[in-house]
Amino acid sequence: MKAAASRPNLVVVGSGMVGQAFVEECVENGLSAVYRIIVVGEEPRAAYDRVHLSEYIGERSAEELAIVAPDWYAQHDIELRTDVRVDAIDRSLAKLTLSDETCLEYARLILATGSYPFVPPIDGKDGPGRFVYRTLEDLDAMRAFAGSCERGVVIGGGLLGLEAANALRNLGLKADVVEFAPHLMATQLDPGGGQMLGELIAELGVGIYTSKATERIESDDDGPTRLVFADGESLATDMVVFSAGIRPRDELARDCGLELGERGGIVIDDACMTNDPLIYAIGEVALWQGRIFGLVGPGYAMAAAAAAHLAAEPEPRFAGADMSTELKLLGVDVASFGDAHARTEGARILCYRDEVARVYRRVVVSGDGSRLIGGTLVGDTHDYRPLLMKMRSQIDITNASAALALPAGLDRAGTDEGGVGDLPATAQVCSCNNVDKAALVAAIDGGAHDVASIKSATRAGTGCGGCAPMIGGLLSARLQELGHEVDQGLCEHFELNRQQLEDAIRAGEIRDFPTLLERCGRGGSGCEICKPVAASIFASTWNDHVLDPALVGLQDTNDRFLANLQKDGTYSVIPRVPAGEITPQQLMTIARVAEEYDLYTKITGGQRIDMFGARVDQLPDIWRALTDAGFESGHAYGKAVRTVKSCVGSTWCRFGVQDSVGLAVRIEERYKGIRAPHKLKLAVSGCTRECAEAQGKDVGIIATENGYNLYVCGNGGMRPRHADLLAVDLDEATLIRYVDRFLAFYIRTADRLQRTSVWLENLEGGLDYLRKVVVDDYLGIADELEAHLQSLVGSYRCEWKQTLEDPDKLALFRTFVNDDATDPAPLYVRERGQRRPLFEAEKV
Amino acid sequence: MSINNGTARCEQWQYVCAIQAIPESAGVAALVAGTQLAIFRVGERVYALDNYDPFSGANVISRGIVGDRAGTPKVASPVYKQSFSLENGACLDDEAVQLRVWAVRTVNGAVEVFA
Repeated sequence: MKAAASRPNLVVVGSGMVGQAFVEECVENGLSAVYRIIVVGEEPRAAYDRVHLSEYIGERSAEELAIVAPDWYAQHDIELRTDVRVDAIDRSLAKLTLSDETCLEYARLILATGSYPFVPPIDGKDGPGRFVYRTLEDLDAMRAFAGSCERGVVIGGGLLGLEAANALRNLGLKADVVEFAPHLMATQLDPGGGQMLGELIAELGVGIYTSKATERIESDDDGPTRLVFADGESLATDMVVFSAGIRPRDELARDCGLELGERGGIVIDDACMTNDPLIYAIGEVALWQGRIFGLVGPGYAMAAAAAAHLAAEPEPRFAGADMSTELKLLGVDVASFGDAHARTEGARILCYRDEVARVYRRVVVSGDGSRLIGGTLVGDTHDYRPLLMKMRSQIDITNASAALALPAGLDRAGTDEGGVGDLPATAQVCSCNNVDKAALVAAIDGGAHDVASIKSATRAGTGCGGCAPMIGGLLSARLQELGHEVDQGLCEHFELNRQQLEDAIRAGEIRDFPTLLERCGRGGSGCEICKPVAASIFASTWNDHVLDPALVGLQDTNDRFLANLQKDGTYSVIPRVPAGEITPQQLMTIARVAEEYDLYTKITGGQRIDMFGARVDQLPDIWRALTDAGFESGHAYGKAVRTVKSCVGSTWCRFGVQDSVGLAVRIEERYKGIRAPHKLKLAVSGCTRECAEAQGKDVGIIATENGYNLYVCGNGGMRPRHADLLAVDLDEATLIRYVDRFLAFYIRTADRLQRTSVWLENLEGGLDYLRKVVVDDYLGIADELEAHLQSLVGSYRCEWKQTLEDPDKLALFRTFVNDDATDPAPLYVRERGQRRPLFEAEKV
Repeated sequence: MSINNGTARCEQWQYVCAIQAIPESAGVAALVAGTQLAIFRVGERVYALDNYDPFSGANVISRGIVGDRAGTPKVASPVYKQSFSLENGACLDDEAVQLRVWAVRTVNGAVEVFA
């Protein structure tokens, strides 16, 4: 390997998103080993996500907007110099002069200086309370000033202007937008679309002033007071943000004599090379075939082209980019693609405007009506991707153009989701990773028969994920074409789904996996998908101990060790604390156990205490101590009834109308440990203040003056869902009966790992049907469901207590079958008074 | 019989446990010549692999669920669920990853590993 010092310098000027993308390309294609890469950026930090700048006000910190890990540069031996500007380029000496008065030689130079916000020459444009919207520092300045303001105005109603208006709103200000053109987003939208966007945004309380030329900004000592327009009208304001377009930052290039366009921008060729073969330009500063591209996507494409050219690779080259884009502006969905303004000669327009649902949709077709060439969507952009693909693939739309203009015209339902079936092979499906339909079809034909395999084979869908439904649709369509029945089966070993297996196990009284495989399987010996499903059904049907010899091999590791596996191979332990009610003595037991085994302790979201870091061989001793003190297994490791959360209720609370803790204890004692297709969380609130958050649970009960309201199918987690009200003002006996029926119905009919929320969403007939089954006994199975649930309640035993009494089961908890040693691997450090595993980077 | 891809040490058959100590269609961990092995039993067949899971960095392969993929007997790591062939240790989800395998046999109900 060459000494680092002898590598020639590759200097990147500009540390924005495109500059960073270029450096990452260099790491990928090996250029970082050939060149010593130095990035010079004038901002005080590494590259960040400028596209989501407005989120910096409020939800995301500078760290969260970062797109590079802090140690990324060091890891890849790349030098980042922040807070430094390049003052001059000396092309004859191939040398840069920097603002810190040092010099830097370059073998190759990449200009990724981006653009700056244009501030129109308005009288009063300078002074306190005037801002531009480009960097985190700009937003910090806006935030500092906004404290003393009530309203702010953005001059410029383009994409960035609306983003800036959103930032003002997030700062708590009344926001106004002033636009010179007759409508908003004039670059991307036609007048009709821009008008609809204006109406939708005005409804949010943002003042929209179009066709307004700002003549001057009047101010007092504190800052702006009002804008005065050319038509004599005025608008009161406390601060002003300019967003009247961007200009390329080409001053360095200009000073050193690089070729520029008439209105600025550094002229580049398809390899992004300037007229100096040592210098490339990429991103918003570059001018390609007379055009500047003000979006990040084309900038990334330029970065890839420049890096490829430097590495002497024949492709990719920059081939232009259409400015198609899909956005959410102030919560309004907007999309624009292709020739949105119908500038192509002979172009024809089909337009749909719905003032009730507030949806605008315009498609532009070729003069002969055979090709889709562009369009705009406002208010509803569901069809953006299918339309975009129909345009890019140039499929024949003769006689179909009217359907394209109508929101219901594209068949979004059914198997061909996104309408990919009729696209040609060259249609790009995943634009993040540039994967076309042919590549996806090849992957499917090559044996990738589920979305995950297609993703790993082609990388499609691994970027923004927006094309995932289309991949699914294409998969179904292709499999049908190939004569495959689309496999609804559980896995390669069963063509039945979970519900069908449940029926088979119950009706056939099957109690072990080999019998199930023989009667219902399609060959093979099972896998990590079907075995836990079988184990779950066996448990919720026969309720035998999960570590019985015939069942132990089917259990996921959590069930096999009756504890929760953590990343270092140790487990965590959660004893049951019904309703979250715990005595000081019980707390002391937990404290003693945690102290003795040096377990990291944390309060869970379900009102219990989790103890982490237990080795397999320690689990029986820990549980002996816990069960001796009266604790039972908490089933935190199982797809099972977990907790019944409660508020303190009428026993103490001034507002409670029922004894929520008492009911929660009774409910948790009743349903504890019952296994199900997925975990189940319950809660009881003592009044409508809902302190137990019951409406976020699978089963939620809220006390009323007259009894209890029963909510079902709520969920927190990745996809929160508010629970639905199933029945009102129930007495306790009826409540329990309904919960019995509900749980048994879910256990019998849900799919593998399907929470109640998704189950309900997929249940034909939805909530009304569920209510009919549970409340009205529409199917005539209520008695059977209740009996099923009662049998599970009746056969409950504490799994840990039984395990401790059975030497064969205890033998499963040895670390090594042939040695009393313990696993030496997990390494720990102490943090905030407790033990935690070392992170990867901390292991030497 | 499996192939010995392991690094040579004492190179002899070493007793590990009785075959009944391994639950049917499941695994146990064993410490043999200082190395952690995952030993699996599928019917009368016994397999020995590294217990170390390269994806999680934890010694947990023995705790995975045993089964097959298209007829190849395999175990799925309990942490991130990658599958490994019991026969040759190859990761079935990532060509670049490989577990070592050891020769293993049963003699009168005793499981022995060549290590």
